[in-house]
Amino acid sequence: MKKASVLRFAARLEPMKAVLLFCLLLPVAAANANEPKLEEAPIDTRNVVSIQRGAQVFVNYCLSCHSATAMRYNRLVDIGLTPQQIKDNLMFAADKPGAPMTVAMRPADAKEWFGVAPPDLSVAARARGPDWLYAYLRGFYRDDSTPTGWNNLVFPNVGMPHVLWELQGQQALKMQDRKGEHGKEHVRTLTIATPGTMNARAYDSLAADLVNYLVFMGEPARQSRIQIGYAVLIFLGVLFVPIYLLKQDYWKEVH
Amino acid sequence: MTKAQALLNWIDERLPVTQFWKSQLSEYYAPKNFNFWYYFGSLALVVLVIQIVTGIFLTMNYKPDANQAFQSVEYIMRDVPAGWLIRYIHSTGASMFFVVIYLHMFRGLLYGSFRKPRELLWLFGVLIYLCLMAEAFFGYLLPWGQMSYWGAQVIVNLFGAIPFVGEDLAVWIRGDYVVSDATLNRFFAFHVIAIPLVLLALVVIHLVALHEVGSNNPDGIEIKDKKDANGHPLDGIPFHPYYTVKDMVGVVVFLAVFTFIVFFAPEMGGYFLEANNFIPADPLKTPPHIAPVWYFTPYYAMLRAVPAFLGSQFWGVLVMGGAVLIFFVLPWLDRSPVKSIRYKGAYYKTALALFVVSFLVLGWLGTQPTDFLGAIGKTDVAVILARLFTLVYFGFFVLMPWYSRKDKTKPVPERVRG
Repeated sequence: MKKASVLRFAARLEPMKAVLLFCLLLPVAAANANEPKLEEAPIDTRNVVSIQRGAQVFVNYCLSCHSATAMRYNRLVDIGLTPQQIKDNLMFAADKPGAPMTVAMRPADAKEWFGVAPPDLSVAARARGPDWLYAYLRGFYRDDSTPTGWNNLVFPNVGMPHVLWELQGQQALKMQDRKGEHGKEHVRTLTIATPGTMNARAYDSLAADLVNYLVFMGEPARQSRIQIGYAVLIFLGVLFVPIYLLKQDYWKEVH
Repeated sequence: MTKAQALLNWIDERLPVTQFWKSQLSEYYAPKNFNFWYYFGSLALVVLVIQIVTGIFLTMNYKPDANQAFQSVEYIMRDVPAGWLIRYIHSTGASMFFVVIYLHMFRGLLYGSFRKPRELLWLFGVLIYLCLMAEAFFGYLLPWGQMSYWGAQVIVNLFGAIPFVGEDLAVWIRGDYVVSDATLNRFFAFHVIAIPLVLLALVVIHLVALHEVGSNNPDGIEIKDKKDANGHPLDGIPFHPYYTVKDMVGVVVFLAVFTFIVFFAPEMGGYFLEANNFIPADPLKTPPHIAPVWYFTPYYAMLRAVPAFLGSQFWGVLVMGGAVLIFFVLPWLDRSPVKSIRYKGAYYKTALALFVVSFLVLGWLGTQPTDFLGAIGKTDVAVILARLFTLVYFGFFVLMPWYSRKDKTKPVPERVRG
């Protein structure tokens, strides 16, 4: 609806309803004022194969610096892996299946090397959200002005270098001015300057798998929570019938 | 006489069980015309029990220690059998407690349940509300995430704004110069024992007062004025079985909503569990945007809306405190000859609608950074809006003696209408 027609519509309303309408429209106006929305991470939290692939990437690339101390290796049976598979393919830094995912790097050393200790990633997906993580993993570009030579679109001046650069290649930042809905807009886009071992599609899919794993690790009970939820709601739906009939039966004598 | 009857007699001679059952339930007469809004009192009791039971189980595994608290919550979420369920029920219960209480209080505003002879009932209700706010505030520090930490820091600093004694008072509350392990320990003590004890006592007093004066009803007339030959109110029905079975229907529907949130949306889009609270508390890193949980945001918006005056932020604290405490004087502000909104006129209806709108808008503004709507000159639009709606909020109370007397009321019927 156009602005003028909204105003004309509002003018016909009673004052009370106009107030209510105003309240309803406020959040809409506010949503437009916010920053551009992040692309939705293409993940399917029920796809255990994707989560398994993500676990592989996590253990190989992230777990050398980032711990996940709330996560135990043997919890990976929840994504369809056998204890033997976990032991053979994923446990490089621990020897007991019940051990948490810790790192050998000392926080003090890490702080010296990166300027900040790499955060524990146990619940990173719950703090940042999958969309942000997906944008972050795809948002690294070359920047000679930073200590690591890397920068990131969604996390400016991040301390972490692009660990997956051999796979993705090196991206370069392009600034463009474009005429948009609200006048001139700066658009920052990334282009591949030096290709890596993966094409863009394969890398995006790997990033999605990793995000999918991080979402799983953020809340391993998630799938059972949803399954139990259906059972509980069905139970309450069934319970409602006799309780409601009981109430109706008693209340038919009340006039 | 059966054996069961003999046992009951034996007990009754020593403890008035049957008498209590009769006077409080099976022969306690409640108006027969309760509507939707009358479910929330019993639902508040249900949530109270849920919170106490889940709280006990959480206490068994939670560690009130600045170095272990965050990890111990994740331990509950992962390694304690059904720990995630207990924790989600407790975190959802906290928000649903406020949902239920706000609707319960709104019912009071609709039908004049705070009016004579229910002034003390209302006062103890407001005390319960205050206790609940304290309980929620202390409990929110315990997960020891960034929002826990900085939320507590902001609220305790409010006391620091009190002239002369503020700084010392804030240190006394924290037990340290910043929120720290000492603060966590004492907040844990307040959350699991001190406040719940007071809360339970207040709930008992609230119920005793209710059963002394009897429930109000959507028509706002006293059912005790018209009694039958046996001395029972003509428009009353025994609470048990009629309202016990009716409330059971309400409980099942409420549990369906409650469990839907627990199992399918425990974070409730960041309103029940804030994303930033999944980052461990860091005393050296202030989050760019600190927002309390949704049930405090109307007051938080007021706090931010009040400008500094005479070099002090204390006025904002006064306004915020006043916004809560003003509920205490409500019974003496309403001068209308009728209680229920059904027989009140356009003034009260408009005032109440504006009050609800201001509460919702302030609540929404409080969840956002102040600059999110842009600025006019040097003042943020959101702050101007918050000031406007703070005036509306207080206007509802302050102007009530005037508009409630001027209002054109309708005649009240002799007996309750269905």
